[in-house]
Amino acid sequence: MSYISSLEKSLATSKFTITGELTPPKSASIEDLLDGAKLIKDDVVATNVTDNPTSRVVMSTLATCHLIEKQTGLETIYQITCRDRNRLALQSDILAANALGIKNILVLTGDYITMGDHPEAKPVFDLDSVQLLWAIKRMQEEGVDLAGKQLKTPPKLFVGAAVNPGIDPLEPEIIRLEKKVAMGAKFAQTQCLYDPAVLEKFMDQISHLDVKILVGITPLLSAGMAKWMVKNCPGVIIHDEMIKRLKGAEDKVKEGIKMIVEVVSEIASMGVAGIHVMVPERADLVAETVKAIKASGVV
Amino acid sequence: MIMTEKKPIEEIKESLTNSKKVFILGCGTCATLAQTGGEEQVKEMAKLLSDKEIVGTAVFETPCDKRLLKRDLRAISAPLNTADTVLMLSCGVGVQTLVDLTGKIVIPGLNTKFIGMTEHIGEFYQRCRACGDCILDETGGICPITRCPKGLLNGPCAGHMNEKCEVDREKDCAWVLIYKRMKDIGQLDKFRAFRKPRNYQISTSPQQIVPR
Repeated sequence: MSYISSLEKSLATSKFTITGELTPPKSASIEDLLDGAKLIKDDVVATNVTDNPTSRVVMSTLATCHLIEKQTGLETIYQITCRDRNRLALQSDILAANALGIKNILVLTGDYITMGDHPEAKPVFDLDSVQLLWAIKRMQEEGVDLAGKQLKTPPKLFVGAAVNPGIDPLEPEIIRLEKKVAMGAKFAQTQCLYDPAVLEKFMDQISHLDVKILVGITPLLSAGMAKWMVKNCPGVIIHDEMIKRLKGAEDKVKEGIKMIVEVVSEIASMGVAGIHVMVPERADLVAETVKAIKASGVV
Repeated sequence: MIMTEKKPIEEIKESLTNSKKVFILGCGTCATLAQTGGEEQVKEMAKLLSDKEIVGTAVFETPCDKRLLKRDLRAISAPLNTADTVLMLSCGVGVQTLVDLTGKIVIPGLNTKFIGMTEHIGEFYQRCRACGDCILDETGGICPITRCPKGLLNGPCAGHMNEKCEVDREKDCAWVLIYKRMKDIGQLDKFRAFRKPRNYQISTSPQQIVPR
């Protein structure tokens, strides 16, 4: 069996897959981010590279993926959103990604433009994430672009999507995931999860779907951060007990990592393919979290 | 109805800096209902522009209809001819129709906002974006192109919270509304259908409908 990427191989052959996440710099220099990539390189199979996250301008994802892979050897998962590019730009970037040797792609609709640092810009959303998945499927399987024109060499990417297990109502999210899987998503990374009961219910409802679930894992670094997430992050449920533990902890980061290791130990047996570890702007904490999870022996 | 709102008076005064003789013209249809360009608002505007010579005011039935506007203009031709500027309290269509007919300098006194529904007087909601390819039959009679800021066609993004939109937590998530409605009327099978990318070619502006 030949695999498109190390990520695909890991999801097919290993018990538990761990991916990380890096955000391109708001800078014309990549050096600091490469240091971050080197920090997590041995802890994750691949790393997501975000696409103007929360609608803030940072370095192009495509270039960042290429530079990380070329200069550190860490495999990337190219995040692509529908917010800033129309169907022409999206397709040409996908062709370029393949030519640059990028092997994984994560398709997202994208946060709305007014949430970021250029709220006056024109939002694009020519396609939604399901439609972009369909476009990639056609490019890869039929060798044509959205206009039906032949591609001399079709791209070959391992394709994923996002899902939010804690969202309410859940049924439309499940239906949307069904569409994403039908349109070629082979894996799905989730919103940050702190309540295993949420995941249990979700996994039960997607048992009919052939998709590998990587559960979003972000250690809570303070009680303030936990409260902020509950208030602002859709589908994130954090019980008061966790917040209490953080308040009482002397070393809050250590306690946050300890708590997330406990979450991982509970969800590891729920039929998930692995976890996706995200700590915005803190590659060192991604590495520390993964090391703590591995050291605990839960996976 | 075409919804309009008043421009700030400072902006209007700025636009009228070089104008001396001003005619104020309102709209008897949409802008009257929106209370932005009816009789009362035209009078009020005349008072606010007390430093100008107001050579006349009028509210016409439907200034976006060239035939009716042409007919109505005859009644005010004398004062209108003395005006160097017309301040128009109508939507942008009214402004452009008047420019077309008279060649006058016409200043818009209103911002044209959207095609909307009147809930109460002074409370209006956008419900249609005139996309040119109505899909309300596929979405339970609730328009995602208008009511979802991203114009999504395949269900909600995962940004809604308490059934409110990620862009504005005061507004309902259109796709949650659509989901609940279609579930209620037994159309979840239709809700599940994949909807292909829209054809924007059909809504390239300027749109027109002409006899063939």
